[in-house]
Amino acid sequence: MNAHGGYGFSLAGATLTALPQGALWWQDQALLCVSDLHLGKSERHLRRGGAPLPPYEVEETLVRLEALLDSFAPQTVICLGDSFDDDLAATHLPPELKQRILDLTQARRWIWIEGNHDPAPTEFGGEHLPEFHLGTLVFRHIAQSQLQAQNEPQGEISGHYHPKAVLRGVSRPAFLLDQHRLILPAFGTYTGGLRSSDPVLSDLMQPKAIAILTGSQALAMPMPRQSRRG
Amino acid sequence: MTQIPAPLSTWFSSRGWALHPHQQEMLTRARDPATLLIAPTGAGKTMAGFLPTLADLAEGTHQGLHTLYISPLKALAADIKRNLRAPVEELDLPIRIEDRTGDTPQSKRRRQRADPPHILLTTPESLALLTSYPDAARTFKGLKRVVIDEIHALAESKRGDQLMLALTRLQALCPDLCRVGLSATVEDPQRIAQYLACHPDPCAIVQADPGPAPDITMLQTTEAPPWAGGGAAYAIPAVLEQIKAHKTTLVFHNTRAQAEIFFHNLWLANDEALPIGIHHGSLDRVQRERVETAMQRGELRAIVCTGSLDLGIDWGDVDLVIQIGAPKNVKRLVQRIGRANHRYNAPSKALLVPANRFEVVECQAALEAVLAGDLDASPSGPGPRDVLCQHILIRACAGPFEAADLFAEVTTAGAYANLTRAQFDACLEFCATGGYALKRYDQWQRLQQRSDGSWQLRDPRATQRIRMNLGTIQDADLLKVRLKHSRGGKPLGEVEEAFAATLTAGDTFLIGGRVVRYEGLREMTVQVSRNASKKPKIAVFSGTKFATSTELSARVLQILAKGNWPDLPGHTSDWLALQRQVSDLSRPDELLIESFPHEAREHSCIYGFAGRNAQQTLGLLLTKRMEELGLDPLGFVATDYATLIWGLQPITDPEPLFDLQALRDGLEGWLAGNAVMKRAFRGAATIAGLIDRNQPGGRKNGRQATFSSDILYDTLRKYDPDHLLMDITREEALRGLVDFSRIEEMVERTRGQITLRPLSRVSPLAAPMLLERGRVPIKGAAEEKLLQRETEALMAQSGLKGLAQ
Repeated sequence: MNAHGGYGFSLAGATLTALPQGALWWQDQALLCVSDLHLGKSERHLRRGGAPLPPYEVEETLVRLEALLDSFAPQTVICLGDSFDDDLAATHLPPELKQRILDLTQARRWIWIEGNHDPAPTEFGGEHLPEFHLGTLVFRHIAQSQLQAQNEPQGEISGHYHPKAVLRGVSRPAFLLDQHRLILPAFGTYTGGLRSSDPVLSDLMQPKAIAILTGSQALAMPMPRQSRRG
Repeated sequence: MTQIPAPLSTWFSSRGWALHPHQQEMLTRARDPATLLIAPTGAGKTMAGFLPTLADLAEGTHQGLHTLYISPLKALAADIKRNLRAPVEELDLPIRIEDRTGDTPQSKRRRQRADPPHILLTTPESLALLTSYPDAARTFKGLKRVVIDEIHALAESKRGDQLMLALTRLQALCPDLCRVGLSATVEDPQRIAQYLACHPDPCAIVQADPGPAPDITMLQTTEAPPWAGGGAAYAIPAVLEQIKAHKTTLVFHNTRAQAEIFFHNLWLANDEALPIGIHHGSLDRVQRERVETAMQRGELRAIVCTGSLDLGIDWGDVDLVIQIGAPKNVKRLVQRIGRANHRYNAPSKALLVPANRFEVVECQAALEAVLAGDLDASPSGPGPRDVLCQHILIRACAGPFEAADLFAEVTTAGAYANLTRAQFDACLEFCATGGYALKRYDQWQRLQQRSDGSWQLRDPRATQRIRMNLGTIQDADLLKVRLKHSRGGKPLGEVEEAFAATLTAGDTFLIGGRVVRYEGLREMTVQVSRNASKKPKIAVFSGTKFATSTELSARVLQILAKGNWPDLPGHTSDWLALQRQVSDLSRPDELLIESFPHEAREHSCIYGFAGRNAQQTLGLLLTKRMEELGLDPLGFVATDYATLIWGLQPITDPEPLFDLQALRDGLEGWLAGNAVMKRAFRGAATIAGLIDRNQPGGRKNGRQATFSSDILYDTLRKYDPDHLLMDITREEALRGLVDFSRIEEMVERTRGQITLRPLSRVSPLAAPMLLERGRVPIKGAAEEKLLQRETEALMAQSGLKGLAQ
């Protein structure tokens, strides 16, 4: 626990903080990382024949992101992929929101990691990469099921799964952490989640993995897993 | 038409049947635009509805659909089909009868649209679906009559509103359509008649002879009822004696959980191993059907049940109805009593079993109400707008429409007769664009206007989604419960997801009358094993806790106001007399508040007699006000008649706490972030077509693609608080779970007359409140603190603490 209500830990020698808002803060690099913003979700939903959801989710996601940028003043921001609900959703954003995003990316180093929803480069400035290495850490959208053996310890930071964890009947977006990897919760407003007990996540994470619940403070607990048969 | 054709009347007389006067009158009124028949169970109600149809069709000249029969239950449709087929087949009449429900195979359904039978038996949802096809006009061509069974039950739910809107569509397609409603006894037939008729058509009301007054009494037990609780375990031996003395007994309960506990205890005491079954809405369908069949065959001596048995399926020879727990509503009680004894003109026999001491008074009030024929009024608000939104979408599926035509059409439904054009337009706008204050993405709007001004779906593929989401029944998040290791896992029933989340391996709970052990959750199924070694943790079902009706509460107050109570058992009248001696008893025109210390806490008991939901809301609002005033409330508990609040400071000046305007303001602020509102929002948003309803099995995969409706609620609350759905949500919550109208009623009834009684210790009437379950702690940061404490403990236990840090 630290001043931001975050949960501090180290991964591959890097000292990191899981923030209660669902973002990752790397103090030594002044780096802020968020995942799965899914901007433009309501537009895509409607375009594909869904119901007209309240079209305020881009504003709401940006308001929360801007608040983090204001309080942490990062030099680098990494969006871990699925930043837009799809490439068209990015194109179809109204001009004032496009400008608002552009203002954010121009004020600091900004890295867009490719996601499965938004593989193409964006018109919003910043760098566009399939993955990004910094120090002992690698940032990519989807966790690799087998992490390659390295001479030096390496940690993987990823998103994609929108992990959630349940405690006392309360379900919250959560970070999942083991010795080798960290999976971030989705930061976007209109995002659901996948429970940590889902086989996909239980298989991906080591037995001693922990879940860090988001909320008014980051709370770590042993990762809830699929109950075993037998 | 006043006569039935000769072959039919011969067939009737060959069975020794003669037409009842009300059946004759239904024949006479066969051409009336709308007729409401009110008749007790066993009075040949359904036949009365169908006689004009059979008479018409016996001639063999009618082409296509003639009569639609709509019932709230699939099972009822199947039952009626069997009963109608008997005369039709034996007389070889040229009449085709079919049913159509969610269970009808796709191929048959398609065929029915192209080539409908003469008589189609269906449900409100299946009918709404039929109207959504572009070929609806062809399907319904020639339709003459629509018979709505159990209309009193439908009129209390959104299913009924959806049905009445679908009827406006049918009436537009078939202007000469006659409507017939079949109803059990209701307090206000005129209200149902208006609901049924095509506004402003008249609707005749035909009343069958209600039969002799029921034989209804309170069960005599050697042991007095306990001070609190709802289980009525004390009455088990006496109930068992009654079961032995009768042929078939229905034992009704107010909640599923209570039915489970009672059945469990009854079974333990059942030393003669009488065949007794259990039936409630959370049990697996196969299990329920097995009980239903066994009952129809007369194989069961008793069925422990809930409201799931309330509707009019023919149950065979029930000769006793036992109601466990005070009936919260007289009308429901009368309808339940009607289940006993299907012989018309023989009195039904019923026993009331109070579950606790206060319920003795409630039961007495109910007895008096039944004998006086004084039924509770049903709240009838304006037609819900979320259902209207769905109706607009369904209409759009069938093809382009003019807004003015559709508006004229829907306002012929009684419940929507006062709908304004502006309200209608807001619903249409919601369906078209979402109706948000911020206009965005309008190129993708769901409904768009054509050059001629009519409306149509932008993307015809949307029809599939709209049809899939059709309906107004709200399912809580339910998980199937299955026995582990048995082949395929024998299904036992369902529990709420929230309840399953509180279970850890080894916990036990009751379902279907047996104690099972929780093993784990697998693919959204709760796996259990048989295990009776532990005291069960009771499954919490969503089954609404009914609040005592306004009429019953008023009667209870009248009883309390009496000088003495010769009609009540001694244990109860002594209790009330003691209460009057040491404190006071509430009078109808005052609000009594007792204030007393107990276990180092200041307690206040507020006798509002406003029903459980309103007393609960009152507790929330008052503790919030007390918090602001620095009275340090710690928690409260509510029953149908009072709210008990405890805290660090006593209430000394109650007047400002009960200022209606202040309560109303508090309500607005408190409600907004409340779970009750989120639940109401989810219901409204699903019905109105904003979010998809949970499809069976749809939650296994791709869970991360869907997100909670709470997020939509929070977003709207922040960015668009005046949105149509927020408005609908507030309306629903206030009317339903929050029940604020009863608080207003209470304040008006007492006209600010508040009597504060400071006592040195708990009063006889307040004492049972200390034993009540469902205590609500006042929290805020509490959840965070609890979570933090628990996560720390888990990290320490698992040895993970310090590992990652």
